[in-house]
Amino acid sequence: MLVIKDLQASIEEKQILKGINLTVKPGEVHAIMGPNGSGKSTLSAVLTGNPAYTVTGGSVEFYGKDLLALSPEDRAHEGLFLSFQYPVEIPGVSMVNFMRTALNEKRKYFGQEPLSAADFLKIMREKRTIVQLDNKLASRAVNEGFSGGEKKRNEIFQMAMLEPKLSILDETDSGLDIDALRIVANGVNTLKSKDNATIVITHYQRLLDYIKPDFVHVLYKGRIVMSAGPELALELEEKGYDWIKEQVDSQQ
Amino acid sequence: MKEIEKPEKGNQIIEEAAQAEYKYGFVTDIETEVIPKGLDEDVVRRISALKGEPEWLLEFRLKAYRHWLTLKAPTWGHVHVPEIDYQDISYYAAPRHKKEGEAKEIDPELKKTFDKLGIPLEEQMRLSGMAVDAVMDSVSVKTTYRERLAELGVIFCSISEAVKDYPDLVRKYLGKVVPYTDNFYAALNSAVFSDGSFVYIPKGVRCPMELSTYFRINAAQTGQFERTLIVADDDAYVSYLEGCTAPMRDENQLHAAIVEIVVEDRAEVKYSTVQNWYPGDKDGKGGIYNLVTKRGLCRGDHSKLSWTQVETGSAITWKYPSCVLMGDHSVGEFYSVALTNNWQEADTGTKMIHLGKHSTSTIVSKGISAGHSQNSYRGMVKIAPKATGCRNFTQCDSLLLSDTSGAHTFPVIEVGNDTSVVEHEATTSKINEDQIFYCNQRGISTEDAVGLIVNGYAKEVMAKLPMEFAVEAQKLLSVSLEGAVG
Repeated sequence: MLVIKDLQASIEEKQILKGINLTVKPGEVHAIMGPNGSGKSTLSAVLTGNPAYTVTGGSVEFYGKDLLALSPEDRAHEGLFLSFQYPVEIPGVSMVNFMRTALNEKRKYFGQEPLSAADFLKIMREKRTIVQLDNKLASRAVNEGFSGGEKKRNEIFQMAMLEPKLSILDETDSGLDIDALRIVANGVNTLKSKDNATIVITHYQRLLDYIKPDFVHVLYKGRIVMSAGPELALELEEKGYDWIKEQVDSQQ
Repeated sequence: MKEIEKPEKGNQIIEEAAQAEYKYGFVTDIETEVIPKGLDEDVVRRISALKGEPEWLLEFRLKAYRHWLTLKAPTWGHVHVPEIDYQDISYYAAPRHKKEGEAKEIDPELKKTFDKLGIPLEEQMRLSGMAVDAVMDSVSVKTTYRERLAELGVIFCSISEAVKDYPDLVRKYLGKVVPYTDNFYAALNSAVFSDGSFVYIPKGVRCPMELSTYFRINAAQTGQFERTLIVADDDAYVSYLEGCTAPMRDENQLHAAIVEIVVEDRAEVKYSTVQNWYPGDKDGKGGIYNLVTKRGLCRGDHSKLSWTQVETGSAITWKYPSCVLMGDHSVGEFYSVALTNNWQEADTGTKMIHLGKHSTSTIVSKGISAGHSQNSYRGMVKIAPKATGCRNFTQCDSLLLSDTSGAHTFPVIEVGNDTSVVEHEATTSKINEDQIFYCNQRGISTEDAVGLIVNGYAKEVMAKLPMEFAVEAQKLLSVSLEGAVG
């Protein structure tokens, strides 16, 4: 579904991604790991079309479409979802209103009629149970006054509502205690199917105990320098990144 | 994700926003009777004569005019009102009735105008459930539901008709809340006011429908000086709405109105405004100068006056709907959303003057500035020494949508005793790229995202508007902004 070829991107003239190659197929879970500043979050930002970044080379195909030519909202409509590392607060805008707008925009994109209020609320009720989000949270303003754990659960709730084909979880484990981590991971696993795929961006093995990856990639200095099976994550947990850094730096 | 400011992109979006059309900018082609430009005692006499007014009212006008001559336009507002040539304005314009003597028959062209504006003038349109007084240029065109309201003893008519039909009531209250000596524009209005609405709710009557006045400037090179007087007698209740639009013109037009409200014992008045005068074009050319004095006197014990305003129009806005809380336990409220875009300037707020014991007031002001606009909140909370046990809560928020706009607050608080409590909260925030991108990532376009965020920000105030108006006002906020982020 996703084919990234030689993707290069910069922010304020500073080159961050220096040629990323990655292919993701339906049903797969890919973990992207790497030391701080290696470009992990930049990759998610560039894929979802954050205007702060400039693509300087390469291509991204998403179900045969040129992803980079689409606006951020059209990428979302096409089925790309980002669980933000730092979910943004939007005071005064209720989750109900926010999600209803998002869902109806997507329906409009595919030429469908907007959902009735009753149908929408029914879907919302169903989906929020996936991450044990209570009714009160669902009617509060977007992320306003949510705890760290609630914010991340709210991200997965939105993922459940929008039923994306490809979800990118950007450090979804950061700032979560073990119970919240379990709830979030459970939610992600519940939503997993043979038709959708997940890219998990993380520093730690911990999350991967719950969300089992098929592939683990190491990102370093804007390139994927190593790809292997889930055993790589365990090795990294044990040995850290230094041996990879040395290996890469000596080759240069 | 890092927070990154991208001013160039912001400017581009604002430019797009500036091109959002003002959809009420049309001109009605109708025969208009306009008296020649200029202002002197003869013009004041002529306006009074044209309206067939009694001697006492002419005297009131002349006194106001003579006082006005001694005044200078105020300059303390954070707005730039250019030197206005008061001799270059026509002070009276009236759509001419085609058939003389059949004044009740409304001109089809006029009806079309108000239809276009979505104002129901036909009483058959009962679904709208709202009584309307429509004022075009200087005169009231049509008041609906008048007879039905009269059965309850509610008087709702143009102020000119009220002068003829209920002279004692008008004389008793006119100029009592806003005397002609109040300020420069109030004196001018008192001298030349043309029309406006008059409302009287008798003792114990809850007015069963929303009363609404719709103001429309049509004629060129004229000023509009309407005057509204609302009286709620003991235990009465009324909810009153005011809307306004004007054609798009290169020239600036002056609108200097007065609204006076008297609230007696245990009575309640809710006054809502959606102000959408023509704001001028994206370069700041044209637009209405909206220089208005609005004040209510909560004379009775346990009386209550609530102002709600959504201000999106006008090149310059200078208005401070205020409450004089004279009655013990009286309540004053002011809920305001003021949105400025392009080169608009707004200096608006309120005065809460606590004279009665245990009187309370609430102020919630939400300013939104985009483009190169300047948006100021100016407020005064004054608690008299004898007004013990009073409370005020003020919340004053500003939202900036661009780097080139300004938000300012000028609060004054004077507390004359130590049993009263005054709270003031203020915030300034800027809509940020992160919020927009978050919405984008969920499939919401930038334009819709700004609408969502701004309406969320203004929600507390919007919730105070009557239902039908709230929907209209929400749309208006989105249209006035279309994507104005920077």
